[in-house]
Amino acid sequence: MFQTILFYVFSSILLVAALGVIFSKNPVHSIMFLVGAFFQSAVLWLLIEAEFLAIVLVLVYVGAVMVLFLFVVMMLDINVEEAKSSIAKYTPFGLLIAGLMIVELMQVIKLRSANQTLQGFSINPPDYSNTESLGSVLYTEHVYAFEIASVILLLAIVAAITLTMRKRPGLKVQDIAKQVAVDPKDRLKIIKMKSETES
Amino acid sequence: MMSIGLDHYLVLSAVLFTFAMAGIFINRRNLILLLMCIELMLLAVNFNFIAFSRYLGDEVGQIFVFFILTVAAAEAAIGLAILVVLFRNRSTINVSELNKMKG
Repeated sequence: MFQTILFYVFSSILLVAALGVIFSKNPVHSIMFLVGAFFQSAVLWLLIEAEFLAIVLVLVYVGAVMVLFLFVVMMLDINVEEAKSSIAKYTPFGLLIAGLMIVELMQVIKLRSANQTLQGFSINPPDYSNTESLGSVLYTEHVYAFEIASVILLLAIVAAITLTMRKRPGLKVQDIAKQVAVDPKDRLKIIKMKSETES
Repeated sequence: MMSIGLDHYLVLSAVLFTFAMAGIFINRRNLILLLMCIELMLLAVNFNFIAFSRYLGDEVGQIFVFFILTVAAAEAAIGLAILVVLFRNRSTINVSELNKMKG
């Protein structure tokens, strides 16, 4: 009963936040709504005892990815007025597609749930640890997929750095190799000459 | 009032996915909002995976969500890097002005 109330509260906040992402004029507000949506999702995942992924969602998504989004939006100077004008133009078409999709999806879910009797989630034993059971599967059966995931992250690092790095012309930087390779003979010349007398 | 089951989560995820879909149509011009809508869609997909994983009592669904989160983080990083380069070169992220490849 209490869980049902919590589910409805959090899911309605989630949907309101999702609408806020779509309809807010300012991209910074959109990101704030998106952070709210992710946070509510984490709470909803906690409700069905997927604790590990809920915490990962908060740490990785809210903590890293959303901050990256915010950073980029604040770095780019986006014309808010220009973006506003296009909203009204495509709204009816978008809402039409969305309405069609929601009707179809609801039909599928209704059809499916009519054939099933048991709809509740299985109840875990009290000493069950979500993180432990996930880890025991992740590091045994799916260890290759785990390695590939690390390669994907490395790829993302390399790609992001190579894309955004640029050499600006006229920038004064040190070239350490050149500085080390300098030979004193090239710079300092000692010459022998006769002493000159003034007369 | 019935207790929370699979259906609740499936309906929630369907509605969330639809909102994100509508968002892609509505914010067609702004590239950064398109990226955000894709993030919302991935979140809806993750909801499905977790609900079914809990319903079937199989942890593999949650492992899959873990990998989806990894790939989505990589996608966001690369997408935002492309966005920064694009803005640096064209000083706009309006999708309708990005027609250089039309020829």
